[in-house]
Amino acid sequence: MKLSNIIDNLESASSVDPVTQHNDQQAQRKAAMAVLAHAEAGEIAARLRDLTLPAHQDLRAPENGLVMLRGRAGGDGAPFNLGEATASRAAVRLASGEVGFGYTLGRDGEKARLIALCDALVQSRDFGGAVERDVIAPLREQLMARRTQAAAETAATKVDFYTMVRGEG
Amino acid sequence: MTTIAELPPGFADKVLSAQSTFRSVMDAMARPGSVQRIVPGAGPPDRMMRGTAAIALTLFDHDTPLWLDSRMAESPDLVKWLKFHTGAPVVQDSSIASFALISDGGALPPLERFALGTSEYPDRSTTLILQVDSLRSGRTFELRGPGIDGAATLQASIKPFDLFERLRVNEALFPRGIDVVLVADDAVVAIPRTTRVVSKGS
Repeated sequence: MKLSNIIDNLESASSVDPVTQHNDQQAQRKAAMAVLAHAEAGEIAARLRDLTLPAHQDLRAPENGLVMLRGRAGGDGAPFNLGEATASRAAVRLASGEVGFGYTLGRDGEKARLIALCDALVQSRDFGGAVERDVIAPLREQLMARRTQAAAETAATKVDFYTMVRGEG
Repeated sequence: MTTIAELPPGFADKVLSAQSTFRSVMDAMARPGSVQRIVPGAGPPDRMMRGTAAIALTLFDHDTPLWLDSRMAESPDLVKWLKFHTGAPVVQDSSIASFALISDGGALPPLERFALGTSEYPDRSTTLILQVDSLRSGRTFELRGPGIDGAATLQASIKPFDLFERLRVNEALFPRGIDVVLVADDAVVAIPRTTRVVSKGS
């Protein structure tokens, strides 16, 4: 897939320090993607419904495919192919020209499309703030709450193993 | 901003559109000389006809090396569109291409420069996709061969004018040879390697 090339090679045409702005936006998109990938399609759709969305079209209709998962023994050993996983992807373009990409594990094409739409909106000057506030922030909170709860439940079952020194001598 | 301003979208419904386009091309190949329509529309990039764009989205993928004529290759939008939607590698060496897209037939290189297949694998030849002016009017050709009951007539204005004379190399090469798909807007006509064409004048 040459998608990454397309993303990487596009220079931001802005006047104010394009490099910094580009990096900021990339970081913001990354953070949004980290949340959206873990959210349910229904949740994203429900939150997007409250927004007045700009006109947009599917640049690449949602499609499923396989990606090879690679691992390294012990985290730093020789790489090996662990197996293949199903992934879905989509690309959406807003009427104003921003293009968003969505990738997600699983076969939920609609979720990939919603993620792509959010990614495009995050880049848009008019909608970036609203999406961050009304869609991504609440989802991030939910995700954090779920993770904290899972961590707490796990922590409650923690067992400390210790060895008593036997007083033989 | 990740803007791909001049990138038209692909098929709206991938599966059905690709199936229907495949059907049109297959029917065209099975009935040489018959004009088939390609129904599904994909926003074609600059310099590419609707039919060509649909064929590209249907038949090209990362396993089909692609050769573009100079008029197409010099359009960055078109190359970007092909890369984004099909993932097909664009090659400079026409002799390893699975498909060749020709928009300017006048500059068609000699057919020997394309892959002609091998005797063991005659299917490994280049399929020419040639954009022509019209498949409705122009000179009249008479076609004979498998898939044609007797003779079929085709009216077309085609560049290069001596295309069918050049395709005579197919007679000696068989089972190797070059298959040609002619596209005019949304109409397609296929001239597989087994078809013999005689010009009947205008």
